[in-house]
Amino acid sequence: MKQQAWLSRVSLAVAPIIVALLLTGLLVIAVGGNPLQALTEVLRGGFRDVASFAGVVNFWIPLTLAATGLIVTFTAGLWNIGVDGQITMGAIFASAVALSWNLPGPLLVIAQLVAAMIGGAFWGAVCGFLKTRLGVNEIFGGVALNQIASLATLYMISGPWQPPEGGSVRGSPPFPPESLFPVISDEFSVSLVMLIVVVISLVMIGLALRGTRWGLSLKATGQNARSALLLGVPVNRSALSAFIVCGMLAGMAGAFRTQFAFTSPSIRPLVSGGIGFLAVLVALVVARRISWLPLVTFAFSALLGGSAQLKAVLRLDVALVGVLQGVLVLTILLFNGLRTRLESRTSDRSGTSATPTPSVSGSEAVHG
Amino acid sequence: MDIELRHIHKRFGPVHANNDINLTFLGGRIYGVLGENGAGKSTLMKILSGYQPADSGSILLDGTEVDYRNPQIALHYGVGMLQQDPLDVPAFTVLENFIFGAIGARGYRGHAAARLLREVCSRFGFELDPDTPIASLSIGGRQQLEIARLLALGVKTLILDEPTTGISAEQKTILFNALKSLAKNDGLSVLLVSHKLEDVIALCDEVAVLRAGKLVGTRALPATPSELVALMFGQILEPAQRIAVNLDNAAEAIRFENVTLRSKRLQVKDFNLNVRAGEVIGLAGLDGSGQELFLRACVGLAKPAVGHIHFEGRDMTGASFRQFLAAGAAFSAAGRLEEGLIAGLTLTEHTALMTEHHPVIDWGRARQRTINRIQTYHVRGTPESQIEQLSGGNQQRMLMALMPESAVLLALEQPTRGLDVDSARWIWQQLMVRRDIGAAIVFSSPDLDEIVTYSDRILVFYAGRVTEIPDARQATIDQLGRLIGGHNEEVPR
Repeated sequence: MKQQAWLSRVSLAVAPIIVALLLTGLLVIAVGGNPLQALTEVLRGGFRDVASFAGVVNFWIPLTLAATGLIVTFTAGLWNIGVDGQITMGAIFASAVALSWNLPGPLLVIAQLVAAMIGGAFWGAVCGFLKTRLGVNEIFGGVALNQIASLATLYMISGPWQPPEGGSVRGSPPFPPESLFPVISDEFSVSLVMLIVVVISLVMIGLALRGTRWGLSLKATGQNARSALLLGVPVNRSALSAFIVCGMLAGMAGAFRTQFAFTSPSIRPLVSGGIGFLAVLVALVVARRISWLPLVTFAFSALLGGSAQLKAVLRLDVALVGVLQGVLVLTILLFNGLRTRLESRTSDRSGTSATPTPSVSGSEAVHG
Repeated sequence: MDIELRHIHKRFGPVHANNDINLTFLGGRIYGVLGENGAGKSTLMKILSGYQPADSGSILLDGTEVDYRNPQIALHYGVGMLQQDPLDVPAFTVLENFIFGAIGARGYRGHAAARLLREVCSRFGFELDPDTPIASLSIGGRQQLEIARLLALGVKTLILDEPTTGISAEQKTILFNALKSLAKNDGLSVLLVSHKLEDVIALCDEVAVLRAGKLVGTRALPATPSELVALMFGQILEPAQRIAVNLDNAAEAIRFENVTLRSKRLQVKDFNLNVRAGEVIGLAGLDGSGQELFLRACVGLAKPAVGHIHFEGRDMTGASFRQFLAAGAAFSAAGRLEEGLIAGLTLTEHTALMTEHHPVIDWGRARQRTINRIQTYHVRGTPESQIEQLSGGNQQRMLMALMPESAVLLALEQPTRGLDVDSARWIWQQLMVRRDIGAAIVFSSPDLDEIVTYSDRILVFYAGRVTEIPDARQATIDQLGRLIGGHNEEVPR
């Protein structure tokens, strides 16, 4: 019996991956490629050499930070689509420090991270304020704030941070050398500081969600804000704090992006690189199981890291990896839904099964 | 159209919502379907109108057995239901909505539909402008539109769910005249589901009364409200001999001073009450007469529009629920899993929410406290059980266990809802213990027996109007029935 249950659990976990690979494989065949070859190239691509592996890690760091933040808001029942804007705001605040403050190296790095946290938290707080005080659904508020953050980037680049050679919207001038995050080696250009930040964030958020009054309040708010209020939880304050904490983590991801996303550290349009949206997908997949998060973000990063090979070797579009990731998320959610249905059919009590992710209607109740 | 319901059964989990219902509705007559909340009347009407299937039993229309799986097929057979909140599309205009519901069935052209709509409106005196958007219509107007739409679809049976809630007196007159005309002149059978006895008495030819899922009787009208109340609530048992508590020197728990409460559909006006420690106040009345509003005002979940609320002598007018909670008020709502408990959380997590106020939770201590509560309150479950895995009775016990022991005031909405007799009695034993150590209790119940048995004083609510019965032991079924049905009179002191 036990073995059977274990077996079915594993197959339910593996099945969506296989289905997603099959579906994407069909697409590859349709555009005239060889799916097996494509898969091998993608899987190998991120680990060709030290530099490509560094690329994977440098994508993993901000993705993990943003996704960790999203776990917090998801626990509170909030669809924090605005996380992308929070990354962008973090990048803007960090850039302001990098471009205008005069501090010795280590201090300037720390100052950038602190500024990024303030920037991201500020943008998260705006979304939370709109949600809890004015009843603006966080999805709509988030989309609008994402847009505004992008426009703010463009404004800063084309205005105050215009490079000396003038008139372009391609990016700010390169950051001064003191502002750069130290890397492990020229070959393996990964920031040790940021690796430590990621690990600390994961551990702290994991512990806070499990063992603190704050974490329990978030969970209660996310599951049923109305009841949580009656059990003495300040639901609006909980929701707001979730936005702020998520914004702090996303903001650091933004600071990281200014340092490592471009050929030279600077701020450019689309500095977030869509990492916020990818992080939403990750959060959907892991739901509240934070221990899975670093693995899932790593898999996503490795796939993206390998996607360049598609173009170079097979002349397939790199967007294929995006398709694979999208399909993967959909199939995983599909199988999750399937499992919940099966479970509710086998157990007597149907109905209120614990939902892994916030429902839009559930989060509505936070306001008020 | 004649309708016959034979042996209708419907279960929702452990609840037998419809238990062997046999009923006949004849064409040309208007029927009232009565019963308290949870009596099963909505379920029965949903089965008849195709919104949900019965577990077993049959429906005969004009002698022929029909089997319908959804509202469209029911409409095809001529059975239409007017929901309490009319099912229309807010973005559409009146005419668009009128046509929208008919597409597929008839395929009207716009102007033909407009003419049809005008005909229905002029016949019944409905005032509907075809180009008005639905969003700007009153509930009464939307209701008229829905009736017109159903008539255009050729319904021969019209079911109305609480149609007089939220509409004006004038609209009510128009509605009633329309319904009478439809029954008398067109031979429609009209079924009215309502809590409002005066409406039922004014309109219906006959009533069917449901209680706890069973049909307990039918009778032809006219009848007095108290006769109907007696049918709805059953006979009252002789109240248990309670020891009168001397409350003369008891401290004041909560005091309402000229308070006016307002909700969307209701107003409780200029209300004064002083509840003392150790006192039990029962709130009687049909659902939605103002008890819910009053109970919520006791704990800051509804804020008074006018007046003052004093809690243990302190002015707490406009304070939040959390402030009331901190001051010693506790609240439990009728819907346990909607308001009060959190599906997806374990019993220990619930306990921790109420008792662990340090930043870091001591799970070991929270678990131990949960075990203590499980033992004290005889909850069948483990600290690791998720709350929704418990039965209703055990959920209620847990809810009781979560109420702080030092509570000054317990505001309880239907504290024994859905519980069997033993569980209900047990809950009341616990409540009486709380009362004996000085808690004031204010509770509502659809069960008059429960109210008379446990209350010191009774407040009867009718459409927001409150009548006090100062000594519950003196209350009689006749008196309560008249008050619940809206007949105000001098209360003997």
